[in-house]
Amino acid sequence: MESNIKLITDDGLRLDGRALNEMRPIKIQTGVVEKADGSAYIEWGANKIIAAVYVREAYPKHAQNIDRAIVKARYNMSGYSVEERKRPGPDRRTMEISKVITEALESTIVLEKLPRAEVDVFIQVLEADAGTRIASLTTASVAVADAGVPMRDLVVGCTAGKADGKMVLDLSKDEDNFGEADIPMAILPRTKKIVLLQLDGKVSQEEFDEATSMMMNAIPRISEIQRNALMSKYNVEEGE
Amino acid sequence: METKQIVYPGDKVDVDDLKPRNGMYENNSEYFSEYFGVVQKSEKFIDIAPFNSPYLPRANDKIIGKIMDIGATMWTVDINSPYYSLLHMNDTPWHVSSGDLGRYLNIGDYIYAKISVSNEIKESWLTLRDNGLKKLEIGRIISVKPPKVPRVIGKGGNMINLIKNETDTRVIVGQNGFIWIDGDVDNVSNAITAIKIVEKEAHIIGLTDRMSEYLKKLKGEN
Repeated sequence: MESNIKLITDDGLRLDGRALNEMRPIKIQTGVVEKADGSAYIEWGANKIIAAVYVREAYPKHAQNIDRAIVKARYNMSGYSVEERKRPGPDRRTMEISKVITEALESTIVLEKLPRAEVDVFIQVLEADAGTRIASLTTASVAVADAGVPMRDLVVGCTAGKADGKMVLDLSKDEDNFGEADIPMAILPRTKKIVLLQLDGKVSQEEFDEATSMMMNAIPRISEIQRNALMSKYNVEEGE
Repeated sequence: METKQIVYPGDKVDVDDLKPRNGMYENNSEYFSEYFGVVQKSEKFIDIAPFNSPYLPRANDKIIGKIMDIGATMWTVDINSPYYSLLHMNDTPWHVSSGDLGRYLNIGDYIYAKISVSNEIKESWLTLRDNGLKKLEIGRIISVKPPKVPRVIGKGGNMINLIKNETDTRVIVGQNGFIWIDGDVDNVSNAITAIKIVEKEAHIIGLTDRMSEYLKKLKGEN
């Protein structure tokens, strides 16, 4: 669909005033759900997402894996989290996101340490503003670490895309809707192993490389925010 | 006190000459943390002690459990863990006949029991046949995070004895994080507040001294 909306202004800034490789502000908080084993809340730009983790024996019994845990992530959007009301309940899109988040988390959780168990990750999107799947994954991995589930690394997600013919980092809602491409990616920072990579739209090989290098540069910053979020729960108690 | 090194999942752990034990995984003969926690070094071993983790059943742990279900010969017990535990009728001090388990322990009852057997797939069996093990008839149950249990007990039990003596209550701490408290209503609620403070401030130095001060002050007010 051709659009005549200008996503990048003449002075090279984006509509919300960010530079091409600038992220939206991110804030993560842990321990927000009292009864959950672990939980985290993220504000990524205007996205507001809550994640809660429960570890338990898998039920029903025939669903148990005798030598490893199973991971069940459930991504859910609130009805008024988006501009036009979303019909509540699972649909094609939320099932897909639940699946990719589950698979990304499975690659980092040490499943063999919790045989027969089930790691339930409930993700509720309270407000959506582009990039919810990687924001969900970023906060879900913090919640899993908060629950004390053994994991090899904290999963870090980021998006890049193409708007007005230029590669930009961390797409906003307008760039997502009217831009040419959207690339969400999640990696394990220690090994640089990619655990989630999707592409919506058309990009050339060079543009794709530019997008991934942009995201690789942004990931240490997000990783730092995740670590500070985990630590802050204990710092507050110490600062008396 | 030396400051403890804090690690996040995926952080490299300097093992030196020590033998890595819990909470680490190996990759190309280097070791990385599996938890968000602190590095603990002893003479021979190095461990990661997580700030939070689910309770996993271990043989010979004395725990407090809640009866969840009654079968023909066994009770299913919630032990504050992802995994349920089982109590067979022959592992009790009573002469239970099969199909008549509800007469002795009903759903919702609490027991102080010992894990007699646990296996590699985290199945476990309880026993009530040992000194001090019993059904908990009165009192209140609270829960703390399982990794905080050693701090609630304190070195040689000094923290829990302090709370017991100063609040004039009877307390049993299960290794799984369930704690049973009995006594006067006010005393029990004082003990609960005290235990919650210990759980919250478990990693801060000089906790026992501050706790004893706090409890003395509470006593003075009443």
